[in-house]
Amino acid sequence: MKLLEPGTEIDGFRVVDCIHAGGMAHIYAVEYAQADRSPGFAMAMKIPRMTAGDGAENIVSFEVELQILPVLSGPHVPRFVAAGDLVRLPYLVMEYIPGQTLQHWLDAPGHCDIPTITRLGAATAHAAHSLHQQNVCHLDLKPANVLIKDDGTAVLLDFGLSCHAHYPDLLAEEMRQAVGSPAWIAPEQVVGVRGDPRSDIFAIGVMLYELATGELPFGAPTTSGGMRQRLWMTPAPPRKHRADIPPWLQEVILRCLEPEAASRYPSAAHLAFDLSNPEQVLVTERGERTERTPLRTHLRRWLRAAGMHYTPSPLPSQQIEDTPILMVAVPHADVTDATLYSLRQAVGRSLGIRPGARLACVTVVSPGASSTSDSERSETTLHRQHMARLRQWAQGLDLTGHAVSYHVLEASDVAQALVRYAASNHVSMMILGAATHGLQTQRFFATVPMRVARDAPCTVILVKQALPFEQLAQPTAD
Amino acid sequence: MKIALLSDIHANRQALDACLTHARAHGTEQFALLGDLVGYGGEPVAVVEQVRDLAQQGALCVLGNHDAMALAPPANPRNRSELGAQWTHDQLGNSHIAFLQSLPLTARLGSSALLVHASADMPAQWRYVEDSNAAERSMTAAQGIDPAIRYVFCGHVHEQVLYFLTPTAKLMRFAPEPGVPVPVPTHRQWLGIVGSVGQPRDGDARAMYALFDDTAKQITFYRVPYDHLAAAAAIRAAGLPGFYADRLEKGQ
Repeated sequence: MKLLEPGTEIDGFRVVDCIHAGGMAHIYAVEYAQADRSPGFAMAMKIPRMTAGDGAENIVSFEVELQILPVLSGPHVPRFVAAGDLVRLPYLVMEYIPGQTLQHWLDAPGHCDIPTITRLGAATAHAAHSLHQQNVCHLDLKPANVLIKDDGTAVLLDFGLSCHAHYPDLLAEEMRQAVGSPAWIAPEQVVGVRGDPRSDIFAIGVMLYELATGELPFGAPTTSGGMRQRLWMTPAPPRKHRADIPPWLQEVILRCLEPEAASRYPSAAHLAFDLSNPEQVLVTERGERTERTPLRTHLRRWLRAAGMHYTPSPLPSQQIEDTPILMVAVPHADVTDATLYSLRQAVGRSLGIRPGARLACVTVVSPGASSTSDSERSETTLHRQHMARLRQWAQGLDLTGHAVSYHVLEASDVAQALVRYAASNHVSMMILGAATHGLQTQRFFATVPMRVARDAPCTVILVKQALPFEQLAQPTAD
Repeated sequence: MKIALLSDIHANRQALDACLTHARAHGTEQFALLGDLVGYGGEPVAVVEQVRDLAQQGALCVLGNHDAMALAPPANPRNRSELGAQWTHDQLGNSHIAFLQSLPLTARLGSSALLVHASADMPAQWRYVEDSNAAERSMTAAQGIDPAIRYVFCGHVHEQVLYFLTPTAKLMRFAPEPGVPVPVPTHRQWLGIVGSVGQPRDGDARAMYALFDDTAKQITFYRVPYDHLAAAAAIRAAGLPGFYADRLEKGQ
């Protein structure tokens, strides 16, 4: 396909320059031909290669992008501007977003430092979660398709292999033989499963592995046998390649790369959570190991994988709903045992009906509470005390099968701190006491529970206190 | 333009009313009725009159197998349906009969869509479009009528399904989510089964219809709650078998 000259006009858009000439499409910087017209952001036009010799899957995947991009929203996807008629003149005009793709970090000399890997991984996971919440799976996440903006957040590009749970899957038939990028594709995609959000988590795992070690965990296979390897194989532990990778990060990466989707993080929000809270990651043998999985284990898995075939996937939004992040705000001052007990009861009930849920126990302390002169009240000592109290509080809960973490936030505005925490961690439900956190001031100000209920981006459960314990001890009149 | 596609009303006045109200509230400019106005339900006269009024205002309407059966009830009924056809026939006046007799087997909605009650493949045989192969035969027959046809809309099987043509000339089945507009671009061919207004059978008592937007090239399948207890009561009041009333209450 011939490159368009700068100045060429197409349906009211003028070509400025060719940004990228790829195997699937050409991408041009464009502007409105009409001088006084501007969308308020830079624009890019994508024109698929559709001349003789280009595969039919090019056209279908362009059609898929045409179907999905216009209905996506939020800060993690480029905004859709216009589309050309597929038969007459196929093109897509979307927001052009400046930034670097993850490839930039991979191409840089030397290894990424651990905080950078963590930051890039968390940003990518946040972006993937936002997509899954819209019932779309990307299914072609790779370094070239993840763009990191100057503010550190990620934007996902290229929805040509994506799958929208509520739209006909135009690629369903073609994808029975896996089409995708062999290095990043998830095992279930190899056998033709489309639409599982955990496939994207696998791809993020491959990218984290790359960023950490400079190696691809499964290489870049060119045969279907090579692709099927990931159905049973655990890759060499990252720490074998690079000794300074902390066990927690290896734990995170290898969990993303589990052959079975159910063994991976249940949602990208859970992955982002671990990457944002390294000290709370539960490190198992998976994180510590420095040698490959023994051959006999692989052989056993290989036998099991031989029978793997197509099964339907859960709806992305359903998968998120089923494995929520619950948050409980545990007060530390002006609080009765009865309140703490009631909170624990409410949390226990909520966890009980959500087997895959993870729990974040949060307490907010005032920045004025610590003292630089008094060692008893130093910041770290206070922090440790509060952590211990949170753990103690949670001891009465049955946490089998649930990941749990503890967080002490320092803020003068309790409600705002709780709401921000819920938003930045994709919390699905927050549980807090109905009359705690600011009890004494409630006559003068909107109370903390009321403000949280109003401003939180998630469901809020306000727990009323059980009968004060002292009353339970009173003898009944007879 | 938004066109409401309603099929298999089956003499259920309450369900028809609810769907018409819903469709108007969602900006419908044109109505298309895909057959089976009567049969099973207790108010054939009211439904035929309402549809006739719509037709006079420009609505398209095709004939269904139950309409055909009510026009010429079998002399020796073999089952409940055929027995019901005689009852329906007796309710209808000459003007109602004349309206049903005037209905064609297929109709064109613009240049790109074909309306038919069952399959476009020999419409008078009332073939069930129950799988991809049957959908393919219907689509092929429609293409035989006019290659410009990109959409076939039908009813008859009482469920909401959208079939789409793949590049390898196979029709794929897709179960739409109610209320979600699905893009149906014209470079592919689509066969939409809009479900039943007055006789849902999938365990959900709500009425079904679909809204096609021929400008935006989108189709939205809807489920609409209606007073199904009143519709069931009308069946009992008409002295029809209680089975038909129970069925509406359960949506089975």
